[in-house]
Order: sequence, then structure tokens, then C-alpha cells
Amino acid sequence: MLYGTGLTSRLLLGTAQYSSPAILAQAVAASGAEVITVSLRREGSGGAGFRELIAATGCRILPNTAGCHSAQEAITTAQMARELFRTEWIKLEVIGHADTLQPDPFALVEAAKELCADGFKVFPYTTEDLILGEKLIEAGCEVLMPWGAPIGSGQGLRHRDALRAMRAHFKGVPLIIDAGIGAPSQAAEAMEMGFDAVLLNTAVAKARDPVAMACAFGQAVEAGRMAHNAGLMPRRDMAFPSTPIFGMAELA
Amino acid sequence: MRLEVNGSWLEVQASTLAMLLDELGFETACVATALNGVFVARPARADTPLADGAKVEVLAPMQGG
Repeated sequence: MLYGTGLTSRLLLGTAQYSSPAILAQAVAASGAEVITVSLRREGSGGAGFRELIAATGCRILPNTAGCHSAQEAITTAQMARELFRTEWIKLEVIGHADTLQPDPFALVEAAKELCADGFKVFPYTTEDLILGEKLIEAGCEVLMPWGAPIGSGQGLRHRDALRAMRAHFKGVPLIIDAGIGAPSQAAEAMEMGFDAVLLNTAVAKARDPVAMACAFGQAVEAGRMAHNAGLMPRRDMAFPSTPIFGMAELA
Repeated sequence: MRLEVNGSWLEVQASTLAMLLDELGFETACVATALNGVFVARPARADTPLADGAKVEVLAPMQGG
């Protein structure tokens, strides 16, 4: 449940970097995603085609503030996105450094405060820092989106222990792993750990066959969630026979 | 007057934001606008005067992650 909206699929998909609009549309359909992220850029050619394409997916739109480096830029972008996409949902990205694409935690909280007060439903792209998460919730965010790894890196969950601590700390708060997921196994792992959803883009868009990869991610997210609900066995340091010893024949 | 529109300096006749969008041929219903870094809502464009040297951004939906 994200801001009162129930979703069947726990995969959110980005729409950038696909080889063609047709492949993008097929990948979205194959993934089962019900939420797709989009951005705002200077109006050029092809704008109309993209508008029709995203409408045709039938998905809920989550506009982002990608590339914004200050709270003010992100706030203005969010306001423009709300008018254009007619949604209060906003994926709030305030980038702290152009190379690492790491969130700027201070500007993030500042922008989140103002946007939440202005009626936005903010999905903040954040780190696994617990105090930062608390400040974002105080600001009015009802969802947190911790990074798995740096955007576009495909490294998976870089700070597993910290993410596990975050999951435990924010019981009941929807947590979406956003960014850095490179393989379906990594998405499944995030879901097994109890995260509520996964948001990714590059791993699908840059696959040799994006449509098949979208399908693989959809299934991995579902499998991971099912496994989490089923309850994973505790990890052991030593072997433990799965076949009973009792009744074993003496043949030696 | 000269304005910076989406990063390019242009000589324009328009005196309001709404007139500027018409003059430059933007699909007014499909873009969002900001003047000097501040959002200008669609209904406010006609009442938003432009001054020489103003910086205008006209944005549209695009692919994003």
C-alpha cells in the first residue's frame, strides 16, 4: 500500500534507455509493473509520442526529479511534474554529487518538508541511514526508497546489514529498494529481506533482451516476496543432515 | 526583448509567458513552465509578464528512471 494505493505488483520500472518505444512498452507489459517512472526534460521532438506511449501502458505514473542538485530545483521540478502528469506522486531525487549520484541528505529533507506540506506524496530516494529516514518520515513521507547501490551500477545490495537494520527499524513503513539492482537474484534477495518493492531501470533496459529480462524481474520479485512470507529457514554455521539418522542400516 | 528559453538566447516579441509559448509553437497543454527557476502554473501564464534577460524553462514528459 503506497499512499493509500494498493498495488498487485511489487516491481516499479523506469522508462529510460530502451532501444525503442516498442521495446519499452513490451518490457513494461512483461514485467507486470503497475507503476512506471518518468522525468521532465526540455521539450524537443518526440514528446507527443512518449505521452501516448505512457498513457497506453495503463500504469500509474511516478515522475522523478532526476538530475536536480538543490532542494529548490527539485521542488520546482516536482511542481511542474504535478501539473503535467496530474499526480501528486513524486520520486524525490536530490543528487549530492554528479559522479556518485548519491542523495544529498540535507537538501532531500528540506525538499521533502516543503513538498509534503504542499500536498505531494513524496517517494524519497535516500540512503540506508536511519536518522535520515526518520527525518523524512517526520517531514511527511509515508514511503522510503533506500538505494541498493549507486544508480546504474548493477551492484545489487551493497550494504546488506544496514538495509536489514533499516527494514527492522521502520516496521510498517513501505520501503522500496531503488537503484543499483543489476540482476533478478538481487531483486529477489531484497524481497526476501522483507522490502516491500523494488524499483529499477537499467538492468531491464540494457539487457540483451529487455522484454525477457522484464519478465524475469517480475517473477523474481514475486518469488522473493513469497519466500519472505513463507519464512526463510535460519542460517547455520555447520551441516545438519536433512535425512533422518534414525532407522539407518548398519552396512559397514 | 532577449530571453533565455531552454538554454538558448532568443529575440522574441511576446510580453507574457502564454504569448511566448504561442510564438515559439509549443503545445501549451502538454508542457510545464518555469520562469527564473520558479514554477508558473498553466492558468497563470497569461498574467505572467516577461522581462528582458528572463530565463524560461519549458519542459515535457520524457523517459526517466
